[in-house]
Amino acid sequence: MLSAKNITYTIDGKTLLDDVSVHFEAGKLNLIIGPNGAGKSTLVKVLCNQLRPSDKGSVSYDGKDVRIFSIAELARIRAVLSQNIELAFPLKVSEVVMMGRYPHFNGKPGQKDEAACEEAMRFFDVLDMAQRNYMTLSGGEKQRVHFARVLAQIWHKPAEGCRYLVLDEPLTFLDVRYQFDFMNKVTSLLKDNGLVVVGVVHDLNLAAKFAGHIVLLHQGKVLAAGNREQVLSKENIRAAYGLEPVIHTDQEEMYLFFK
Amino acid sequence: MGNKQYGGTSFILLILLVIVLLLSMKYGAVNISLDEICSGFGKWLHHDESMTLNERIFLQIRLPRALLCIFVGATLAVGGVLMQALFRNPIVEPGLVGTSSGAAFGAALYFVMGATFKLNAGEWTLPLAACAGGILSTAFVFMLSQSKQTGKSSIVALLLTGIAINALFMSGVGFLSYIARDPQARSITFWNLGTLSGASWHSVIIIGTSTVLCIAIALRYARHLNALMIGEEEAQYLGINIKKLKAVILLVNVIMVATATAFVGVISFVGLIVPHLLRMINGSDNRFLIRNGALLGAILLSIADLVARMALRPAELPIGIVTSIIGVPVFIVLLRSKNYFF
Repeated sequence: MLSAKNITYTIDGKTLLDDVSVHFEAGKLNLIIGPNGAGKSTLVKVLCNQLRPSDKGSVSYDGKDVRIFSIAELARIRAVLSQNIELAFPLKVSEVVMMGRYPHFNGKPGQKDEAACEEAMRFFDVLDMAQRNYMTLSGGEKQRVHFARVLAQIWHKPAEGCRYLVLDEPLTFLDVRYQFDFMNKVTSLLKDNGLVVVGVVHDLNLAAKFAGHIVLLHQGKVLAAGNREQVLSKENIRAAYGLEPVIHTDQEEMYLFFK
Repeated sequence: MGNKQYGGTSFILLILLVIVLLLSMKYGAVNISLDEICSGFGKWLHHDESMTLNERIFLQIRLPRALLCIFVGATLAVGGVLMQALFRNPIVEPGLVGTSSGAAFGAALYFVMGATFKLNAGEWTLPLAACAGGILSTAFVFMLSQSKQTGKSSIVALLLTGIAINALFMSGVGFLSYIARDPQARSITFWNLGTLSGASWHSVIIIGTSTVLCIAIALRYARHLNALMIGEEEAQYLGINIKKLKAVILLVNVIMVATATAFVGVISFVGLIVPHLLRMINGSDNRFLIRNGALLGAILLSIADLVARMALRPAELPIGIVTSIIGVPVFIVLLRSKNYFF
């Protein structure tokens, strides 16, 4: 499991995260929601050890402080998909996906690496574009290539402990069909034991439909955390977004509309 | 993945390199026949002192020069590949970001002031002085082009800072040439436009050592440089220590480019054209670019040197004129093409 305790992050006198504690377990889809500027991306970066908390706060993987892992060790158990990845030079799709295996081999990729890439590409429907130039792909196709890359990175279970997949706004550039497709695929991955998935999304209805655990951030603080009924209440949404929601429940599904 | 294709390109380039090497040993102010080349080799192997004039020319002038071309070409091309990977931009090369002019300044300073200050570390003094100058100028450009807010350097800032620092160091070279007594330092065209006419076994050994060592180190980091293509943060998520990578690559690059510049002057655009041509053939995998960049750089510089030697025979053109004639149009095409945004 992945947890963060008492994280405060301050830059140039501005507090982006204020005493945030979160806890993400394996086996369910953990989603972070919140309005723009709530600190979602900052929290993701702190979780990934890209930013160090300003204060005494700590992040732990499998109960071990993140600081005891080397960059390379962390990369073997944890994959991160960030927003807006731009490639500086033309590369083949297969070469981009193979980057996910870099933490696992020296020199040339082995058969295990090739196989992981192929499976991950098949899983996200990009196998037939393996030989294409990444730069000629559409936004949605590029995004799926990066899904395959991060999945290839943590394709095999480590000898001990969990695997971690952190997704910062993975649904950008995807049309509705691929948004659902992606959420369904990630949910199906969760059936494997020992996979912790944490994602940032904007669409509250997608969060309501797929999330097992939701964290609602507002102004750098955790406004609510728990299951969808606990988090997606009228009061919380009003407080975070300043909008008046209409919540409609139908056969265990939950839908949100805004006036 | 793709290794066979990459190997194919290497094989073709290797054959071309052998052909070019033969041509560049054969032709020049004096043409040397293949027989003379072979007999020269034979006599050298058997320590036979009874050489003809042409055999001597071959062994003491032509052969070191041909080898020097290969090493310098490989150095400049790989330098371009490394800089482009590091700055994530295809229009960067050692000549543009100040490395070469800084190295020229360091070398010129040694030629002119070395005796006065009693600086001496044996035959390595000149390359060391050039490296110091190269590190200084590259560090200047690197630091001054970084944005105060984000700490990142935009390519516009990089190029403009490069122009300024280049101008500064080249006027420093100009001043030193003006007050110099040493004939090599005195020749401003040597520094500005480069020439391989001073090739000797001494320079071949020094440049050859730095080229082979630095390219071997760079190859070990090819995969890391690939990961850098998707961004610094993402590369870190792939387990790469970015600070170390940047430090190693910059250092390797400065050492090899500066060493070459100390002996042959500033030769521009090789580092720009070679990676560009290779990307057109087979993508941007840095393993492919470094390995074949070394070969193609060697081939192109050997051809450029042949042209420089033959065009006004028996006089010589500075080689920088030849590389600029080919390089400038490529640079402009790159600037104007849509793929390479700012």
